[in-house]
This record gives sequence, structure tokens and C-alpha cells, in this order.
Amino acid sequence: MLFPISSAHISPIYLVIVGFVIGILGGFFGVGGSFIAGPALRAVGLDWNFAVGTDLAHIVGKSVVAVRQHRAFGNVDLRLGLVMAIGTIAGAEIGAQLIQMLKRAGNVNLVVSIVSIAVYVSISTFMMWESRKTLRSKKRGVAAPATAATKKEDPSSFGHVTRSIQRLNIPPLIKLPTSGITISLWIILLVAFVGGLFSGFLGGGAGYIRMPSMVYVLGIPTHLAVGTDLFEIIISASYGTFTHAIKGNVDILIALVMHTGAAIGAQIGAISTQYFTGPKIRLAFVPLPLIGAAIVIYTLMTGHKV
Amino acid sequence: MKKETAKTLRAFAIELVVYAALVVGYFFLVLHFLGEGLHQLEVRHRYTYAGVALLLIIGQAVILQNVTTLLLRLIRGRAG
Repeated sequence: MLFPISSAHISPIYLVIVGFVIGILGGFFGVGGSFIAGPALRAVGLDWNFAVGTDLAHIVGKSVVAVRQHRAFGNVDLRLGLVMAIGTIAGAEIGAQLIQMLKRAGNVNLVVSIVSIAVYVSISTFMMWESRKTLRSKKRGVAAPATAATKKEDPSSFGHVTRSIQRLNIPPLIKLPTSGITISLWIILLVAFVGGLFSGFLGGGAGYIRMPSMVYVLGIPTHLAVGTDLFEIIISASYGTFTHAIKGNVDILIALVMHTGAAIGAQIGAISTQYFTGPKIRLAFVPLPLIGAAIVIYTLMTGHKV
Repeated sequence: MKKETAKTLRAFAIELVVYAALVVGYFFLVLHFLGEGLHQLEVRHRYTYAGVALLLIIGQAVILQNVTTLLLRLIRGRAG
């Protein structure tokens, strides 16, 4: 089927299937899924600039569906999401500028690639260690289902460090009743800024950095981190879609078709979170940063941006 | 419990089939009626196109979710 805006011939069934898979991942883990969507669109011959912009537009739609579902379960902290969006957009802008500066200075690709591989592998290793340790210690106690009460508690073997961060009394402090914490505004902005910085460096939404940061640094329960990250993604991806559309990088028809699959996938993903406890979601999250690392390694070895 | 799961899965499978039919119809509507108009807008008025693109994807998200929720409610209502 011909999509006139990008002049690309792509099967709509293929787009729906890709959207469906990304929708499930996004709804369940709170990530945008650009590490799959970007290569999947490139694989069928869509130009790189259109793949990035169109993917962002589709992420907006998918996240709206997932957030509405998560909100119905009480898994979205709107106040936290809005504050984080500011930090993310600022980080993404600075990240993109930094890349331009480093490009002019020399061989930036190797440095950024090695740093990102190290970060991805560290996140995966850490999350695997933490979630397995938490699950083992939970087994010794009484296992509880993922009800609203236990969601806010969400045990973590890294909890002592998180509580120390929460105790840092750097004004202004912001109260987040939905998440059940009070924390310095600067820490929230810093977490969002770092996520945005990686997003600017590596493209995509960098949800595989932000979601774990929300859990381990801010101490947000996993279910809420997933829902809130998606809400934050709506804002930052909308901004990205608009700026890319102005530059002529968005084929909205492709995004609309992809989204028909993503809409149902995102609902399945969001509903599925209700059947898993926080540590189990975190353990299942482990392969995602590794996929990100594998993509960077592939890019580094072949010289092609997937 | 098993009976309940089978019921949910059957309702979900029916929903998927109905949804797929709706989506196929939707492809032709969107690509046929909106395709050329959006293409012209993208070429001539980039800022308007950017705004319309965002509205379309958000609007579709809300509509599709309502459609799937309605479908599931109808199917479950009949099955139950």
C-alpha cells in the first residue's frame, strides 16, 4: 500500500503487527518501544528521518490508550508526570545539542555507543540482581497478590538507598500523594533530565532508563512508575512529534495504521500488569535494555543505524 | 476458574475478529479520504499539518479505546 506523505510502499498488516507488539511492551513496561519500531520501519524501506518522526507520533497514540487504562487502575501520578516532562524535554534538547557539539569535535559515535552499552548492561544486571533478591526474600515471607495496598508498598532490596535519597531535604519538597512519597523537586528533575539526555543522545523515549530510575531513585512503586512514565511519554513524544512534523519527518498515515494494532496491544499490556507484582515486572523488564545494547553493538559493528 | 479464563479468552478472540474487520474498513476510509488531503497539507502548511497530525493520533486513540471497550462489553454481555 502506498503512503503518499513518505512515498513508501508498506503492507498495512505488517504495520498493525509491529504496532501490536510494541503496544503490549509499552502497556506492560511503560516504554515507548522505539528500539523495535525504528528498526522495524527501517526494515521495510522507510527513510530514517520518517522512521524516527512517525514512530514518535505512533507512540503518542499508543501511550494515550495505555495511560487511560492505567489511570483506571490508579497507576498514574499526574503531578509527577507533569514535573518529569519538563526535565525530560530540557534533557532531550540538551542531549541533542550535545551530540551536535561532540560531532563537530570528533568521533562521538564510539564514545556514546560505549557509554550507552555500559549503561544498558548495568541497568539489566542491577535489575536482575535486585528483583531476584526481592523475590527470594518475599518467598521467605507471606506471598501477597498485587492489590492496590501492596502496590504502594512494592518491596525492593534496594529500598534502603531509595529511602536515603527521599530523605535528602533539598527545598522545594514536592508531595506526591498518589505515589505515597515526599521528595525534593530537584531529584525528580534530575532523574527526568538524565532520561531526556539519553533520549537526545540515542533517540527514542529512553523509557528503559527512566522507568527503573523512577523505581530505584525516586521510590515510585513499579505499577505507578509504568503508568506515570507513559503519561510523561505522551507529553514528551507529542513535543517530539510536533517538531519532527514541522521538519517534514512524520507520515501520520503510517502512524495511524500502526496505532490500530498498538491500541489493542497497549490495553492488553496495561491490563496484564495487574496480574504481576512489582518485582516480577522488574525481572521481566531485564531483557529490554539488553535489546537496546544489542542494537547499539550492531550499529557499532556494521556502521548502519538500524 | 478455568471456565472463567476460557470465557474471557473466547470473548477476547471474538473481539479481535470484530476489531480486525473494523480496522480493515477503517484503512480504506482513512487512506482514501484523508491520504491526499494530508499529503497536500504536509507540503503546503507544515505547522497546521503538525497540529492536525497530533489531533488525529490522539483522537484515534480515544475513539479506538472506546470502540474496544464497547465491543468487549457487548460480547461479554451476550456471553454472560
